[in-house]
Amino acid sequence: MEIPKSIVENIYESALRIRTIEDGISSIYHLREMRTPTHLYTGQEAIAAGACQALETKDLVYSYYRSHGWYLAKGGNLNRMMAELFGKATGCSKGFGGSMHLIDLEAGFTGTSAIVAGAIPHAVGGAFTFQYRKTQNVVLSCFGDGATEEGLFQESLMFASLRKIPVIFLCENNGLATNTWIKDRQPNVPIYKRAEGLGVRSEIVDGNDGLAVYAAVKKAVDLAREGAGPSFIECTTYRLLEHCGPNRDTALGARTDAEVDEWKFNNDPVKRLEKHVSPEFKARVLEKAKKDFDMAVEQARKDPFPTSLIPEGLPCQL
Amino acid sequence: MPVMKFSEAIRDAYFETMRAHPEVFMIGVGIIDPKAVFNTLNGLREEFGDMRFVEGPLAEQMLTGFSFAAATLGLRPVLIHHRIDFLPLTMDQIVSHCSKWTYMFGNQQKVPIVIRGIVGRGWGNGPQHTQSMQGTMSHFPGLKVVVPTNAADAKGLMISSILDNDPVIFVEHRWFHEDTGEVPEGLYRVPIGKARIATSGKDLTLVAIGPMVQEAILAAETLTKSGKSVEVIDLRTIRPIDYETVLDSVKKTGHLIVADSDWGQCGVASAVISHVTQNAFEALKKAPCAITWPEHPAPASYGIEPTYYPMAKNIVTQCLKTLDHSTDHATHQTEKPVYGPF
Repeated sequence: MEIPKSIVENIYESALRIRTIEDGISSIYHLREMRTPTHLYTGQEAIAAGACQALETKDLVYSYYRSHGWYLAKGGNLNRMMAELFGKATGCSKGFGGSMHLIDLEAGFTGTSAIVAGAIPHAVGGAFTFQYRKTQNVVLSCFGDGATEEGLFQESLMFASLRKIPVIFLCENNGLATNTWIKDRQPNVPIYKRAEGLGVRSEIVDGNDGLAVYAAVKKAVDLAREGAGPSFIECTTYRLLEHCGPNRDTALGARTDAEVDEWKFNNDPVKRLEKHVSPEFKARVLEKAKKDFDMAVEQARKDPFPTSLIPEGLPCQL
Repeated sequence: MPVMKFSEAIRDAYFETMRAHPEVFMIGVGIIDPKAVFNTLNGLREEFGDMRFVEGPLAEQMLTGFSFAAATLGLRPVLIHHRIDFLPLTMDQIVSHCSKWTYMFGNQQKVPIVIRGIVGRGWGNGPQHTQSMQGTMSHFPGLKVVVPTNAADAKGLMISSILDNDPVIFVEHRWFHEDTGEVPEGLYRVPIGKARIATSGKDLTLVAIGPMVQEAILAAETLTKSGKSVEVIDLRTIRPIDYETVLDSVKKTGHLIVADSDWGQCGVASAVISHVTQNAFEALKKAPCAITWPEHPAPASYGIEPTYYPMAKNIVTQCLKTLDHSTDHATHQTEKPVYGPF
């Protein structure tokens, strides 16, 4: 697939912007201003960046607790995300959700769940709603390799397949569920093969190649819009940081520094995209992302906390 | 006013709301079965088609998450379970998603879903097909739970549940399906959160839930023969509970008995007694009392099942004890006909 230059630049910009913002969060996390379980996306940026470029604003993304990258890639508001991490009333969830529960409906980013696989059926129901209303929009459901072990995964794919629901299932296979390797959790049957067994068109791509992810998602989106039903895309990738928090986890012993370094220096998804853009473009994106992040943090620090235990408009007795 | 069965009233509620509101749809396992979920769905598929009458695979958890998401985007799903005992399969979606979503995102999305579960008591349904689940479901902030006990309330509460913007658990006792009553026409609504005074009285407040309402009414009739006037309150909604009606009654009578068709521990009866004790202790002349199921599962054999469920006679005995009256007359018992086979 020949990908237009403007889209390649958008994918790179999105990936670098996510990396810069997540690095920014990591650098100030120790200050204890953000007190919320923060699952960083570092190392997996090419997936959200590539996938979201294949979607329109009104298409919906159903993500999960490691959602900063998806939120930003879909066009979620940065200031409101940072305010949410700071627990402020100006946050995207008004301070009631935290890092694991981001939402930006205007950008087509629905609320995320902290329950593994919990949102996979939501994506199918959301896409059914598009069918019900006879719109051409589609839904992208993303989740990790661990989520495919839950019963909800197979239940959701089966039903989407049965009713030809316009949903794209995207599995980010980083091999780890918290600190447990996939070989200790799943039999040696590739995830995309299991999806295929449920009647869903399936493929596997290198998730650290943003352009390959874009191409696979674009094809799946086009098919879903035509009424051809769901697709499943397995994106192989690697999580560079700990399950939750800004540090490396090699001290725990599940993996070595040498292994993490190999991915960090020889298979970095952001660096792999860099060769497709000019140095000037890179400099511009980097500068803007840093500036936007600094301003968002400055604003979040000034913003007020919520003043009530109950969100505005809800009855006190739920 | 037309007279119809409880089950027909449910069906009537569906026709009325589906015709008036294009965002309402039915979904569930086995809803296209010719038996039409105890004849409550006849004709809906033919009139509204497969997009608004969605047969699901045997995947209740997924169907709950699926329906939940449709609700957050403005549709109004009614998710139907032939047996409420299948709700525990779906607890994650109900408890961690449906009940929390509106709060968790600062009131940006509503969740207008109805989850209708049918209690299968009777005909030897045994431990796994007779649970009420109502006390469990009423534990969670963010959910509403209703338990209708007559045909008019079945229709009115179903319509209110479908048009409500919060998730509602609709606990439906098969025990009532054949009962008939007058049912108002049109989009008749019974407010959620409002109890019904089934029988007025001045000596004792008898709060009842589900099938215990019918037993309580029978008990109250029997007690008039002993010169005792009992006020029966059909709670109808068990989250939120209409404590105002209960407190007003207890302040008048000074005596409280709560009869629930569920287990006692951490249940609705405990909640009502706790609330009254904390808020109207001075009005109570005697310690309140709960009448609930024995703390073990229900047996299958019809040789012993009738002794499992508390009946009108048990209520009469307890009322007379509470009122310091001889229990010699506590022998009246009217058995409800046994329906079946199922």
